[in-house]
Amino acid sequence: MTKIKPWLPLIGIAVFAVLLLVVAPAVLSMHWINNLGKYCCWAIAAVGIGLAWGRGGMLVLGQGVFFGLGAYAMAMHLTLESTAPGSLPVFMILYDPSASLPAFWEPFRSDVFTLAAILLLPVIVAGVLGYALFKRRIKGAYFAILSQALAVALAVLISSTIRETGGDTGLSDFKYFFGFVLNDDANKVMVFMIAAALLIMCLLVVWQLNRSRFGELLIATRDAEERVRFLGYDPANIKLVAYVVAAVMASIAGAMFVPIVGIITPAEIGASASILMIAGVALGGRASLFGPALGAIAIGWGQSSLGSSWPDGWVYILGMVFILVTLFLPMGLSSLFGKAKGLVWRPRETPPATLPDPAAVLEPVDESAVEEVKK
Amino acid sequence: MTAADGSLVVDDLKVEFDGFVAVDGVSFDAHPGEVRFLIGPNGAGKTTCIDAITGLSKGTGSVKLGDQELLGRSTQKIVRLGVGRTFQTASVFEQLSVLQNLDIAAGLHRSSWSLLRARRGVDPAIEVALEQTGLSNERETPAGILSHGQKQWLEIGMMLVQEPRALLLDEPVAGMSQDERTATGELLHRIAERRVVLVVEHDMDFMRRYASRVTVLHQGRLLSEGSVAQVQGDPKVQEVYLGTAGAVTTQAEGE
Repeated sequence: MTKIKPWLPLIGIAVFAVLLLVVAPAVLSMHWINNLGKYCCWAIAAVGIGLAWGRGGMLVLGQGVFFGLGAYAMAMHLTLESTAPGSLPVFMILYDPSASLPAFWEPFRSDVFTLAAILLLPVIVAGVLGYALFKRRIKGAYFAILSQALAVALAVLISSTIRETGGDTGLSDFKYFFGFVLNDDANKVMVFMIAAALLIMCLLVVWQLNRSRFGELLIATRDAEERVRFLGYDPANIKLVAYVVAAVMASIAGAMFVPIVGIITPAEIGASASILMIAGVALGGRASLFGPALGAIAIGWGQSSLGSSWPDGWVYILGMVFILVTLFLPMGLSSLFGKAKGLVWRPRETPPATLPDPAAVLEPVDESAVEEVKK
Repeated sequence: MTAADGSLVVDDLKVEFDGFVAVDGVSFDAHPGEVRFLIGPNGAGKTTCIDAITGLSKGTGSVKLGDQELLGRSTQKIVRLGVGRTFQTASVFEQLSVLQNLDIAAGLHRSSWSLLRARRGVDPAIEVALEQTGLSNERETPAGILSHGQKQWLEIGMMLVQEPRALLLDEPVAGMSQDERTATGELLHRIAERRVVLVVEHDMDFMRRYASRVTVLHQGRLLSEGSVAQVQGDPKVQEVYLGTAGAVTTQAEGE
C-alpha cells in the first residue's frame, strides 16, 4: 500500500464538498441539480460498497435491498404526508376504495419513526443476515449470489403486493418533504444539498474507518481471514461491521433518492439496479476512498445523458468500459492516479532484500522491555 | 514458572475425517524451556495434530494448556487462552506494512471501540518483536515484498507480541537458506525460555540441531519419543525413514 500523507484525502473531501455544495448550486440548472442529486444518492451507496467490497472483500451484489428499505420507508412517509388526513393514498383507492391503511404503513406517519427506520432497518436486516452468513463462513461467490438473490426477492415481493406497496408502478406524486413543498426550486436545491452533505459525511466516515485500526483489520481479514482468526479475532464480527455500515449508507441513499427523483419502483432496487451500483464502484476503484463515489457519479451521468439520447449505444459503451477497466485497470480508474504519480516521482528505492546477519537477529532480548510489556 | 504449570499436555488425541483416522490416540507433552519437535513422514498426522490443538479440526481426547482444556473451544478462544500458531506457508497480511501486521497482532486485547481510532505510536511489545525477528529496518515495508524467510519471521513476531503461553510452528524453516535456518533455530531457543514451543518439521538436519525432545508420528500413531539420539537410534524410526532420511532433509510437505 502506498503511503499517502494523512491530510491529502481530507483536502480531497473538502474540495469535493465545495464543488457540490457551493459551485454546483451556483452554476447548474435545476434540471442538472436534480440529476446530480440522484448521482449523489448512488454515490452514497457506492461509498458503502467501497468499504464492504473494496476494503472488506465482500462482493455485495444486492445493495438494492438496503437501498429499497430506505427508499420505501421514505416513500411511505412522503405518500402519507401528501395524503389528506382520513383518506387513503391514491393508488390504494384505485384498487379498493373501501380498503383500510395496512398496519405497517401506520407508524410511517411519524417523522421520527421514519428517520429511525431508515437508519435502523438496515442495521437489523444486515445485522441478522450478516451474522448468519459470516458466522457460517459463507463468502465469495456464494455470498454474492445470496445477496443478489435477496435483491431480486425483495423486488418481486414489492411487485406482487400491489395493494400495499403500489407494485411495479411504485410510489410517486410526493408533494411534501417533511413539511417543505417539493415542487419549489429553493426546496429542490435544499434536498440536493442534504444529499450532497450526506455524501460528504459518508466519505468522512469511511475515511476515518479506513485509517483506523479497524480499517487495517478489515484489509487483513480480506487478505488472510484464517490468519486473523488465528490471531484471536473473530473475522465474522469485523466483516459484519463493514457490511452493516455499507447497508446503512445504501439505505440513506435510497431515502434521499425518493424526494429527489420523485418516484421509487421495484426496478430501482432489483438485480440490475444493484449491479449498476456495483458497476460505478468497480469503474472508479473499489479500494480507494473517492473511486466509488466518482465512479457512481460518472455512471449516473452517462446513463442520463448518453443513456437517454442514445439508449442502444449506451449499453454497449458501458459494457466496453467494463471490459477495458477489468482487463487493464482491475483496481479501477483511481489506480491510474497512483500509476501517473509513479511516473512523475520515482518511488523510494527499496533496498534489496539481503540475508540478515544472524548475529543481529540474535541480539539478546531486552528483558526490561519484556517485563514492561508483561505489566 | 515451573515446568509443570505451563505445559501443553496432549492425551489420547484422535482426529477423524469421514471415517479416515488421521490421528489415532496420540499423547505427548511439551514444557516451557524446551524446543519440542514433532516429526514424521508425509501423512503422519503432524499438521492435523496442530490443527486439532488450535481448534481448526475437531478432535477427541484431551489437550490441556496448564489446567485449561483446549479441545472443543473455538479457534479465537484458544488463541486468547495463549496458543499461537504459524502456518506452513507464511501467512501475513501482504498489503499491510510490517508494523501494521504486528500492530494487528498486538491488538488482541484492545477494546472494540479503540479499533475506531487510528494507530499512534508503537507498542513496546512490537519494538521487542521487531528486534527479536531482525525486522527493525523493515517496519514500513509492505509484508508482501519481504523475502520468504522474513515473512516467516514476521509471522513468528506476530505471535510474540501476543505473548502466547504456547507457540506451535508448522515447518518454520521450509524454503529457508542455511543462514536463515540457523537464525530461526536460535530464535526458537530464545523464545522457548518462557513458553512452550512445539515445532512440526520435515527437515532432519534442523531437528538434529535444535530439538530438545522429539516425538515421531507415523500413520497417525506415536512411533517413538525421546531425545534426538534416542529417536535416531530407535529401530522403528530407522525402518520408517529407511532410505528416505537423507532425501527428506529439505523437501516441503504437502499434507
